[in-house]
Amino acid sequence: MFFHWLEKNPFFFASAISIVISFAGLIEIVPNFAKAAQPLVDMKPRSVLELAGKNVYMKDNCNTCHSQMIRPFKSETDRYGDYSLSGEYAYDRPFLWGSKRTGPDLHRVGNYRTTDWHENHMLNPSEIVPGSIMPAYKHQFSNLADIETAYAEAVTVKNAFHTPYGDEFQGTRAAWEAHKPKVLADAAAIAADMKNQDVKDAVARGEVPEIVALIAYLNSLK
Amino acid sequence: MQSNAALEYDYSLAKKFTFLTILFGILGMLVGTLIAAQMAFPELNYLLGEYGTFSRLRPIHTNTVVFGFTVSGVFATWFYVGQRVLKVSMAESKFLMFIGNLQFWLYFVGALLATISLFFGFSTAKEYAEYEWPFDVVVVLVWVLWGVSMMGLIGIRREKALYISVWYYLACFLGIAMLYLFNNMSIPTYFATEGLGSVWHSVSMYSGTNDALVQWWYGHNAVAFAFTVPIIAMSYYFLPKESGQAIYSYKLSLLSFWGLMFVYLWAGSHHLLWSTVPDWMQTMGSAFSIVLILPSWGSAINMLLTMKGEWNQLTDNPLIKFMVLASTFYMLSTIEGPIQAIKSVNAIAHFTDWIPGHVHDGVLGWVVFMIMAAIFHMAPRMFKRELYSKKMMEQQFWLQTTAVVLYFTSMWIAGITQGMMWRAVDEYGNLMFSFIDTVTVLHPYYTIRAVAGVLYVTGFVMFAYNIYKTMTVGKVLSQEPQFRTPMA
Repeated sequence: MFFHWLEKNPFFFASAISIVISFAGLIEIVPNFAKAAQPLVDMKPRSVLELAGKNVYMKDNCNTCHSQMIRPFKSETDRYGDYSLSGEYAYDRPFLWGSKRTGPDLHRVGNYRTTDWHENHMLNPSEIVPGSIMPAYKHQFSNLADIETAYAEAVTVKNAFHTPYGDEFQGTRAAWEAHKPKVLADAAAIAADMKNQDVKDAVARGEVPEIVALIAYLNSLK
Repeated sequence: MQSNAALEYDYSLAKKFTFLTILFGILGMLVGTLIAAQMAFPELNYLLGEYGTFSRLRPIHTNTVVFGFTVSGVFATWFYVGQRVLKVSMAESKFLMFIGNLQFWLYFVGALLATISLFFGFSTAKEYAEYEWPFDVVVVLVWVLWGVSMMGLIGIRREKALYISVWYYLACFLGIAMLYLFNNMSIPTYFATEGLGSVWHSVSMYSGTNDALVQWWYGHNAVAFAFTVPIIAMSYYFLPKESGQAIYSYKLSLLSFWGLMFVYLWAGSHHLLWSTVPDWMQTMGSAFSIVLILPSWGSAINMLLTMKGEWNQLTDNPLIKFMVLASTFYMLSTIEGPIQAIKSVNAIAHFTDWIPGHVHDGVLGWVVFMIMAAIFHMAPRMFKRELYSKKMMEQQFWLQTTAVVLYFTSMWIAGITQGMMWRAVDEYGNLMFSFIDTVTVLHPYYTIRAVAGVLYVTGFVMFAYNIYKTMTVGKVLSQEPQFRTPMA
């Protein structure tokens, strides 16, 4: 019998397993790479400050409690806004849909929350939303965001995946030094709407606290 | 010519990995209990400054129980079962012993450093794949080393036919290798530029919806190939060994194995129902999830029927109790999963606590119970001593069974409550509840779940203590027991 023969020949047995478990990925996943998940028309990739904020979002694993996926139900579009489209995520590496809503969805949080709301909320969530079980993220006001790494990420995705960043995005230190003032200007615009003096001072010194980058990212979620 | 004398198996690696299983088990479950308590009592988020928030600890919990506890248990049992069903001792090859020890130390040090890296926030933010790229490289190395020693041992085997357990260990090795490699494909940004920014950071090779597809093909099947496949390998070895019964049906094991291999991977997209993944893929995920009941129940039924005519053992051997309950929870969990994968049910269940509830009746009831039973069975053989206390095993069994039941019932109620409240509308069609209403209502269930966690960890510590006492003061055995494990 075939199976008795197979069980005496480990090489063919292992090969058989490999073939059988590969089917699903080949048929279900590969076709999508060719067709779907194209960006929406005229969609811009995130700025370096927003990317740095996305990295803060990843560092503190916000996605363990917040989704970024509005499903096509009236109860969800009433609560969060238009349902999500595949193309909107085309520049997201990684995807940050989340799998659990311990807190609300954030995919369009930029439409209905403001910089000062986030500032107050991240310092003390249960003061802004009584009953909230979200912890405060005070350390984001003192830790600095890694904007250089965010720039390196933008250059990497531009070179590897043709993400449409401008010609000035080059992987050299000189190019980064030339781009840095733009990031600091974006940060200053966010800090102008904040009241925390330490944050304002840091930005004035040319540093970007994590909270500034994070808010820039959250405001970009629309 | 072969001699008829019994082989002296080398248990040194099985012992080492057993210690790690217990160590990572305690750590992972303690963190799990802490984060469960944080959801009921948020002040507990501030025990360790920025390093103690739920969001930092949750990946530590998941990764420690998956890649620390469970994978250690898989290694521990492989280095015990592998030799015995292949009729060859590891000690017969110095090379294999060296590779095995190298694997152990690389794994131990790598796992500790990877855990520390999560504390500091190095995370790719892909679930169960949070380790940044340097640790992915370590994981791959460990896995390759395991492959070398597994294939090596198979290469020098005396028993020509591979026993069912070996099929599953092989599948575990191949499946995880494929999934882990493809899902963790990423480009380190430091090396893609002139050394700009952090060496640790990388960016995923896939974006958006594609990344989600690859991630949940991985996420779902990491569950398959770490939490199911090797655990079935254990039950096919330890249940017949402990009970002295032959496996009920070879044909059923054949059907279940190849069925599981083919069907499981398709079901990954049921994690993405109602998302922006193309509709046909979602439907495939749902459909194959239902089909998955067949091979899952096939294995479980094969286990239960193996006990046919010997059910009296259930009353007087706690080890059989652990294994039969594990198979039963496997059946519960593998019927619950397909129910959640039905699109209309998923619309309510997704994003709620019903999902962690489902994961935990599978993991606490099936995976951990089976691994503990395996270690209870191996300990007297490895240490040549009787198990320390049967009474403590009984107490532990009931304590942990109660804990699992409290865990999943509270999370079922919490999940369905929240799912229904999110969609509830008043007579004019307006949403009835603000989001925070759907959080505060869960407090009692989160409290019950935290209590369940405390009970479960207590049981696990009793298990660890029982094994420790077995090693140190258990009655010395003059010869290796054949079937039923001796216990005081």
